[in-house]
Amino acid sequence: MVQIRQDTKAAVVNQREDKKILLAHGGGGRLTSNLISSLILPRFDNEVLGKLTDSAAIELSSSSVLFTTDSFVVKPLFFKGGDIGKLSVCGTVNDLAVAGAKPVALSLSLIIEEGFETALLERILDSAANTAAEAGVRIVTGDTKVVEKGSADGIFINTAGIGTRVAGAELSFDKITPGDCIIINGTIGDHGMAIMSKREGIEFELSIESDCACLADLTCKILESTPGVRFMRDPTRGGVAAVLNEIAEGRRCDIEINEKPVPVNPAVKAAADMLGFDLLDIANEGKVLIVASQDSAEAVLNICRNHPLGRQGQVIGRVAETAAEAPIVEMITAIGGKRIVRTPYGRDLPRIC
Amino acid sequence: MLNRIMTAHRQMDAACEKVGGQINIMEVCGTHTVSIFRNGIRPTLPRRLKLLSGPGCPVCVTDQGFIDVMLELAQHDDCIIATYGDMVRVPGRAGSLETNHLSNVKVVLSSDDALKLAEKHPDKTVVFIAVGFETTTPATAVAVGEADRKGIENFCVLSGHKLVIPAMRALLSDANNKIDAFLCPGHVSVIIGSEAYGEIVSEFARPCVVAGFEPMQIIEGLAEICRQIVRGTAQVGSVYQGVVSAAGNTTARKIVAEYFEPYDGYWRGLGTIAGGTLRLKDKYKRFDALERFGIEEIPAEELAGCLCGKVLSGLIDPPECGMFENKCTPDTPVGPCMVSSEGACAAWYKYGRIRKRRS
Repeated sequence: MVQIRQDTKAAVVNQREDKKILLAHGGGGRLTSNLISSLILPRFDNEVLGKLTDSAAIELSSSSVLFTTDSFVVKPLFFKGGDIGKLSVCGTVNDLAVAGAKPVALSLSLIIEEGFETALLERILDSAANTAAEAGVRIVTGDTKVVEKGSADGIFINTAGIGTRVAGAELSFDKITPGDCIIINGTIGDHGMAIMSKREGIEFELSIESDCACLADLTCKILESTPGVRFMRDPTRGGVAAVLNEIAEGRRCDIEINEKPVPVNPAVKAAADMLGFDLLDIANEGKVLIVASQDSAEAVLNICRNHPLGRQGQVIGRVAETAAEAPIVEMITAIGGKRIVRTPYGRDLPRIC
Repeated sequence: MLNRIMTAHRQMDAACEKVGGQINIMEVCGTHTVSIFRNGIRPTLPRRLKLLSGPGCPVCVTDQGFIDVMLELAQHDDCIIATYGDMVRVPGRAGSLETNHLSNVKVVLSSDDALKLAEKHPDKTVVFIAVGFETTTPATAVAVGEADRKGIENFCVLSGHKLVIPAMRALLSDANNKIDAFLCPGHVSVIIGSEAYGEIVSEFARPCVVAGFEPMQIIEGLAEICRQIVRGTAQVGSVYQGVVSAAGNTTARKIVAEYFEPYDGYWRGLGTIAGGTLRLKDKYKRFDALERFGIEEIPAEELAGCLCGKVLSGLIDPPECGMFENKCTPDTPVGPCMVSSEGACAAWYKYGRIRKRRS
């Protein structure tokens, strides 16, 4: 039994009275209960949440529990392929999934700026609810706060999640062995470029869609049927480049990536070239990098390719014993050249021309 | 592709064979520099064929005085600084636009976005930080024209626009230069036309070959230069046909000529270059930020200890600067060549670190 504190001092919106969130909606009065009953409960309906207790009580099938949290402050709130609601569920589900867990339950906390449109809040909540339902995860507790205008940018969301470890899934840097293969489940950079093109107001001829998706079904299938998986991580902020460097430094090993098989959407590549970005540095929200033993790489790849989220899966590199003073990530480029791959600085600024 | 690469490499080998010593080819443009590093082209080249990164990164050649003026203008509460992203992190004497945490700095993708900011904020003066070569200048000219036509008087530009040909001329006029040929920028050439390099070829007898930014285009551009070296000729060439014409975009150049005039401006590391920088003509001076804020001229300054100037002239590679990778990294940049993603130092750091083997 796990107890999770549930704070429901929620802001209330009575659509007939007002189409915008007011500070008063965070006051915990009559409007609060209206909001919970009219906007929250119908969307996330489940018996745990429905009890509206201070903490959610849930039964878990295993004593090996994984627990994570993440906050979402994405701008724009809505983008092609997703929105902050979907992202807030996928992000936490994926953090559990890549750590070897089957996600069970999530919390969802909203920090809303006074004056935020109720209709937008409803769209965001709908999206979070649908995503959670598709992923088979319940939102069992939550909180809503309203802050003064100017104190937040529209809406911020925090989700936390717990999951139970998939039997035998002990993933860590230490398990990684030279010769292991590095696999990715599809095209890179889609989410970051979708956000960036929307944010910068650039209309590309070919539309770019975020890859935002819950990976748990795919990762659980892989872990349940393949014993050779050593480590997984979702290349979100900092992209594939950051994760590969984390692996190299965490395990003190070299990594060699092959550019040719790295799946890339041509429109995303064109957009990145135009703005001067390296796709390896760009965020993904529906991708997982899997380090697997050489023997099991093909099995992992097969599961990927038979799954909707892994059709374009590829083995993109391998782990090697480090021969240098400091571990290094190197890439064999498409023309047969070589270069290193570094962790990006952390703020992508479009270039001049 | 493999066949094309092998054919190109045969040309390069033949040129190295003929010359006997080292061949130094300068890629003028920062976008070329990045593409060369990102695609790992350098390690595939013959040992004796050396690529020098040139002054074609707009942020890199923007001098310290200009950065300081920009930072000073950003202190005005009634100003909005509209700038391309690369300029945000360039350090001046007092921090950078990024480290000064100023809320009145807006990153824009075009001069048009800056103009829109001015329309949206009539109570503020929008200063557009107008840097870049021939590719970005026409858009700045159009924005000034629009501001003039619509009477958007709260818009002005701090012009640091630069011209490529005067810079190439200045580099070759330096007796210490090591440049045997130029790989000329694709985008700039779309505007100025390949025949613009004719004066460099005839005066200095250096091959000038225009190439696009795809790795194969770069490799074939280098091969074309080598072909000329084997033949013992120096010509204007292009492996970017269909995109770059001989005459270039005359309409764009006409627009620029209407609003801007060249003057002898200061370039970081390269000093004053005759006719190398553009300023607004007297007719449009009211849109000049210097005029608007009563700044007489941009002071010519250099940052002590930073060897960006030598890097930009192709005299040294970034690792030869004592600060490279020690004091100067992308997280703590000293010179602009480490700030801009197109800067030679940033490209060396990000993609080209020399692998230190265990002894």
